[in-house]
Amino acid sequence: MTLSSNPRDLSDLQGDANSQFKPNLRSRYRLDRAFELLTWLATLISLIVLVTLLFDVIGDGAGSLNWDFLTSPPSRRAARAGLWPALVGTVWLLGITAVVAFPIGVGSGIFLEEFAPDNWFTRLIEINVGNLAAVPSIVYGLLGLTVFVDILRPITGGTSVLAGGLTLALLILPIIIVSTREALRAVPSSLRQGGFALGATRWQVIRDLVFAQSLPGILTGTILALSRAIGETAPILVVGAAGYIAFTPPLSLEGLQSDFTALPIQIYVWISRAKKDFEPIAAGGIVVLLVVLLLMNTSAILLRNKFQNKKL
Amino acid sequence: MPLTDGPALKMEGVSVYYGAIPAVREVFLDIPAHKITAFIGPSGCGKSTVLRCFNRTNDLIPSAKVQGNVFFRGVNLYSKKVDPVEVRRRIGMVFQKPNPFPKSIYENIAFGARINGYQGNMDELVETSLRRAAIWDEVKDKLKNSGLSLSGGQQQRLCIARAIAIQPEVILMDEPCSALDPISTLRIEELMQELKEQYTIVIVTHNMQQASRVSDKTAFFNAEATDQGGKLGYLVEFNDTVTIFTNPKQDYTRDYVSGRFG
Ligand SMILES: Nc1ncnc2c1ncn2[C@@H]1O[C@H](COP(=O)(O)OP(=O)(O)OP(=O)(O)O)[C@@H](O)[C@H]1O
Ligand SMILES: [Mg+2]
Repeated sequence: MTLSSNPRDLSDLQGDANSQFKPNLRSRYRLDRAFELLTWLATLISLIVLVTLLFDVIGDGAGSLNWDFLTSPPSRRAARAGLWPALVGTVWLLGITAVVAFPIGVGSGIFLEEFAPDNWFTRLIEINVGNLAAVPSIVYGLLGLTVFVDILRPITGGTSVLAGGLTLALLILPIIIVSTREALRAVPSSLRQGGFALGATRWQVIRDLVFAQSLPGILTGTILALSRAIGETAPILVVGAAGYIAFTPPLSLEGLQSDFTALPIQIYVWISRAKKDFEPIAAGGIVVLLVVLLLMNTSAILLRNKFQNKKL
Repeated sequence: MPLTDGPALKMEGVSVYYGAIPAVREVFLDIPAHKITAFIGPSGCGKSTVLRCFNRTNDLIPSAKVQGNVFFRGVNLYSKKVDPVEVRRRIGMVFQKPNPFPKSIYENIAFGARINGYQGNMDELVETSLRRAAIWDEVKDKLKNSGLSLSGGQQQRLCIARAIAIQPEVILMDEPCSALDPISTLRIEELMQELKEQYTIVIVTHNMQQASRVSDKTAFFNAEATDQGGKLGYLVEFNDTVTIFTNPKQDYTRDYVSGRFG
């Protein structure tokens, strides 16, 4: 076996000639680049759609955005219309939804993942929870109408912000349950073993080790679910969100039973008006909705980072 | 005070099943107090399985079933009256892969003490535990840092400190040095020599030199083929380490410890 006198490259080295490997590097790299290009293209397309949408909406709505718009009640005259009741209604809804859905969803997730025995019954529940996440939101609206508006009228006061919030909570429960379970499952078993080996009970292991470790994941899932709830129109329309409300639900227990409207409803009502001059304020409403979403997601990310850092 | 006479741990006809499949059959074993006992044997012969019987961590594996009796200073660990959580407080465990909690170094030590209702001075406990595990000097200035920020060898010593912080009487170690470099390994071996004054230690190891260096007693496990085509672990020979390594009764053992296995 002889070496060429001055090898520059690995392929200059002899002795590899009758190898059974055909590296074919050039075409492998070509494939690599082609795939990179494709993924880049996919990103670009979604980016273009998003940016166009944002520009369109902001272009239309920026003119109507001002302090009065935020703090006035709606009006039949577009120039005087505002979305204060809708904004407050949305915050109310979100608050109720979060307070109800978070503990129940996380609790069920923990039970199913950590405590429930593995038998046909729990597997049935598991499959159903997965399916529930895919049920169209209008169906939850109908459920809410029957259960919260009619059957529980003495508590919810019929078509009220409470009935709306509870309906949205139902809607996002499966999402929270599924993401809680996923977050718990991602906790390495060595952590649990370490805890048990020190004489911790199951509850101590879950509370101090597993839950602390999975909280960021659970929070992320909850925030995504709440973001979905904030944009829902159909289910709260069904449980009776009003299109025209001139007052805001008072911040009190009685306020829970008050009539309400929400941002997506208000926007929908404005868009469906025949008069052209409502178009800009509808766009303005959309901008406000987007900002609320953005604020929510940002605070969620900050919250999550805080927990994540604490754990390190 | 732990008894010095009589075995610290005793196994009487212990068999372990995973589901319907037997993994280990009929182990009889007396583990002396304040000594280091090594478990050696080829992979899959059930060393970890047997070790887990001592602190009832097999209970955490849903399919695992333990038959026979395990005694800790005369108390049957598998009797109905014995609570596995209490067993694990008295019989600590160190795992193959260091698994510090994602908490501060301080909290890693304090956690076990707190959940077990420790009444004494926590700062003192943390310091003595870390000192005893020979890691105090390396971490004393950064007790607030994450336990995960330490090197693998330091993490393992942190886990040992964590185990001794709840003042167990026995420490079970499942290949504690398999992920460590020779220097960290040596430190942990020295540490074990110091710890055996106070604790009874059982260590699983694949390192023959380690077994012969640190242990007083050695148990050699092997696996035999079963009719169903699986492997069934059993205890081949248990004796003083010197005897196992120089003058074993079984040819199997001689072949294994001299590296002529298989
Ligand atoms: N959780 C489990 N579920 C099912 N079978 C298991 C489980 N743990 C161990 N086994 C089986 O029990 C047998 C003994 O395994 P064990 O882990 O005790 O061996 P080991 O001697 O510790 O091996 P190693 O030296 O590789 O760690 C193996 O055949 C293994 O497949
Ligand atoms: Mg093992």
